Amino acid sequence: MSDAAPGPAHLAGPTPDTVLRDADRARGPVLAADGTPLKRSLNRALRAQKLRALGLIAPLLLFVVVTFIAPIADMLFRSVENEIVGQTLPRTVVALDETWDGQGAPDEEVYRALAADLMVASELKNHTRLGSRLNYETTGMSSLFRRSGRDVDDIGEVYADQFIDLDAAWEEPATWVALMADPGWDERQAAWHERRDAAEAERAAAETVEELRALAFTEREPRFRVSDMAQEELPRTARIYAQFAQVIQTENADSPTEEEPWNIVYQALYEDLSAARGRNYEGREGALLDAARDAVGSFETQPVKAFFLEEIDEEWGDPRVWGTISAFSSPYTAGYFLSSIDMQLTPQGIEPQPEDQQIYGLLFKRTMVMSMTIMFACIALGYPIAYLLSNLPVRTSNLLMILVLLPFWTSLLVRTSAWKVLLQQQGVINDTLVWLGLVADGNRLELINNQTGTIIAMTHILLPFMILPLYSVMKTIPPQYVRAARSLGATPWTAFRRVYFPQSVPGIGAGCILVFILAIGYYITPELVGGTTGTFVSNRIAYHISSSLNWGLAAALGSILLAFVLVLYYLYDRIVGIDNVSLG
Amino acid sequence: MLDTQAGHAFVEFDRVQKSYDGESLVVKDLNLSIGKGEFLTMLGPSGSGKTTCLMMLAGFEAATHGEIRLDGREINDIPPHRRGIGMVFQNYALFPHMTVAENLSFPLEVRKIGKSAREQKIARALDMVQMGGFGGRRPAQLSGGQQQRVALARALVFEPELVLMDEPLGALDKQLRETLQFEISRLAHDLGITVVYVTHDQTEALTMSDRVAVFDDGRIQQLATPDALYERPANSFVARFIGENNTLGGTVIDLADEHCVVRLDGTGEEIDALPVNVAERGDRTLVSIRPERVEIDPDLGEGAHTLRAEVLEFIYMGDVFRTRLKVAGRDDFIVKTRNRAGQRRLSPGEMVTIGWLPRDCRALDP
Repeated sequence: MSDAAPGPAHLAGPTPDTVLRDADRARGPVLAADGTPLKRSLNRALRAQKLRALGLIAPLLLFVVVTFIAPIADMLFRSVENEIVGQTLPRTVVALDETWDGQGAPDEEVYRALAADLMVASELKNHTRLGSRLNYETTGMSSLFRRSGRDVDDIGEVYADQFIDLDAAWEEPATWVALMADPGWDERQAAWHERRDAAEAERAAAETVEELRALAFTEREPRFRVSDMAQEELPRTARIYAQFAQVIQTENADSPTEEEPWNIVYQALYEDLSAARGRNYEGREGALLDAARDAVGSFETQPVKAFFLEEIDEEWGDPRVWGTISAFSSPYTAGYFLSSIDMQLTPQGIEPQPEDQQIYGLLFKRTMVMSMTIMFACIALGYPIAYLLSNLPVRTSNLLMILVLLPFWTSLLVRTSAWKVLLQQQGVINDTLVWLGLVADGNRLELINNQTGTIIAMTHILLPFMILPLYSVMKTIPPQYVRAARSLGATPWTAFRRVYFPQSVPGIGAGCILVFILAIGYYITPELVGGTTGTFVSNRIAYHISSSLNWGLAAALGSILLAFVLVLYYLYDRIVGIDNVSLG
Repeated sequence: MLDTQAGHAFVEFDRVQKSYDGESLVVKDLNLSIGKGEFLTMLGPSGSGKTTCLMMLAGFEAATHGEIRLDGREINDIPPHRRGIGMVFQNYALFPHMTVAENLSFPLEVRKIGKSAREQKIARALDMVQMGGFGGRRPAQLSGGQQQRVALARALVFEPELVLMDEPLGALDKQLRETLQFEISRLAHDLGITVVYVTHDQTEALTMSDRVAVFDDGRIQQLATPDALYERPANSFVARFIGENNTLGGTVIDLADEHCVVRLDGTGEEIDALPVNVAERGDRTLVSIRPERVEIDPDLGEGAHTLRAEVLEFIYMGDVFRTRLKVAGRDDFIVKTRNRAGQRRLSPGEMVTIGWLPRDCRALDP
């Protein structure tokens, strides 16, 4: 009995194992041999490995980001971006927002703002771009803006003449600079002027071409700055004059000190003065300004609104024009997306497009239906081939595989053109059918330039994308399964249906995803053989990218297509499970 | 059980030949009768034609010539699904997209058996292979041994009278294989089904079968019970293929009915042997002796034959000792001795006397 006593005591005592375990528990995290926490030293050990992995993928990552992700992101952004209206017509947009009730033509104030904006835009050649942009929404806008750009510099001429009649000094650029410029700018400009004259003198003395070149004077005139006084007392004049000076300096590489202002500047000055502003002006040429203020009351007036409607274009009185500008004045717009689904943005809200302009709903539906048709045709044609391929001896199946892959090695354009030859009314297929007497000569089948043509040609082109994943899945299905099913009493058909087919579904899934996604965005083939009824959304996108230049709408259409594919992908994942997709 | 005369045979191969390419025969003139309830194993190296025979019986390969009969009926032109033969495949071939229960339900469904009867049969079959609780699992969730049990249950669930097994235990580890060997033969005998079993593992063949057909080169080399096969191999192929064997080349110099004398190559020693596959004096022969039938320092009594031999290698294997000896000029003669109490351990270089009974020494074809 005395022998038994130490037994339990010994067992209960500390063993090397329990000591270590207790120590670990007391110390918290597991430590490495040198005492640092194991996690940290593991991370350090793995860091080099991770960095190397990152280094290996970095070139591709960079390439993908630059050539793929960035352009797509930019394209997606374009589908909502709409800053051009607000940037080109800043005054108009504000005035319109404040004063227009959406009925009839807006007030004089809006036209004044428009005149100033248009003057700047036409000098910067921006008005045509804006016209094209708005033309996407309302036809006629493009020509309206182009015409208006031509005539806009006549606005205010009547005031310019009267100011100059009042005092010839108004014609002098120096007067305007004195009135508007910040004194600091004046000094800087004078200093710059001296440097330039000095440089000119040196150049005049130069003897060789090299010397002349070395002495070239490249310093630009200091940027014009409006004085705070002018900005406060004559806000309109100051704003338009500042823009005038900027355009003169940047676009024309000239100096405001040497250019007579635009007529619209006189118009603005008239507006400022007749609104009784500028009383507290205490800068240079104050007397001239005072004299002018006293005189404007008796000036002959010409309302800008009337000038727009009578001299430029009566369309400026059309509320549709103003509605368009108002609806698209915000920097971001859903307009492109609405157009993509046959809706439009009007001042009254979102409305369907007129019946005769609804095409995108039809196009999307057609793209989906035809892509589905092509997909099913590919399954029907590809499945037996893939089955044969995966069950033939290697030598034969390799030969057959080359036949399947042959189309890949031929130019897409060549293949599609070959279909044109085959399918046209005087083409090989029709000739053969007529010769066989299956089709009357006067009643030849229309196989091309319609949906039939697109479906035939695209099924042919996309077939390998169905066969390859199917083949790679079928090759992994051992023949034993079907044999087992047969030995268990299943007829060949039952064995196929219940045992073989379910196991080939991942291949069908992969093939369907590939074919459908490729089909939905296909361009060349529908363009060449689709005629008018067999074209896809992608053809429309291409049209907007290259012909109508409505990139925003193209981007919106593309985004919808992308969203559609993603939704399908998600649905597929939910129903079939993306893990079940095998690409080989 | 072994009543395999024509007319009583359950499965019968009658002059069956098979060629895949029209130039060479894979199966040459196969005649084989299998009795009802018999467990017959086809044993042979790969390429010997055994699997082809099985596939012809199952209906997946067509015989090029000859008749295959099942229960007296010619089945050459009956498609596999109407033969009613259960089959177990080497890699189990459980349908991966179905659960265990669905796998077992499959043969019953195609036979249009009602739902409740189906469930009963499935439960019974799963219990039979001790897989009762696994009906809802997928094959991928089972171990290899469990998958094979399910495959077995699936082959049995529709109560076939004949079950074919194509190396069913080939992919399992040794221990599992032994357990399942026992279970399969027990099930086969309990259910009274006829089993045709293909394997290249001789232990499997010997432990499970009623009879073994040894295949080589498209022919049955010997068809016999396991003990007859081991102890009385009919030719040198069978002797070499089944178990371990010492073979000594020589020439027959005297031949009687039950006795012959062979002069060994190399040393020219003359030994007594049992003539099995020799026709006349002067024939070349291979004398075969099982390693465990050889005694070292023999005390075999009258008639035993003894030779001097040099120990080349002594290997301790636990339950037995394996001794490699130089005998009659050959250095690959193996002797197995049991690790008995007091058994002497030899060391290389020692000279010993070895001996055996003449009836354990069989003179076979060269």
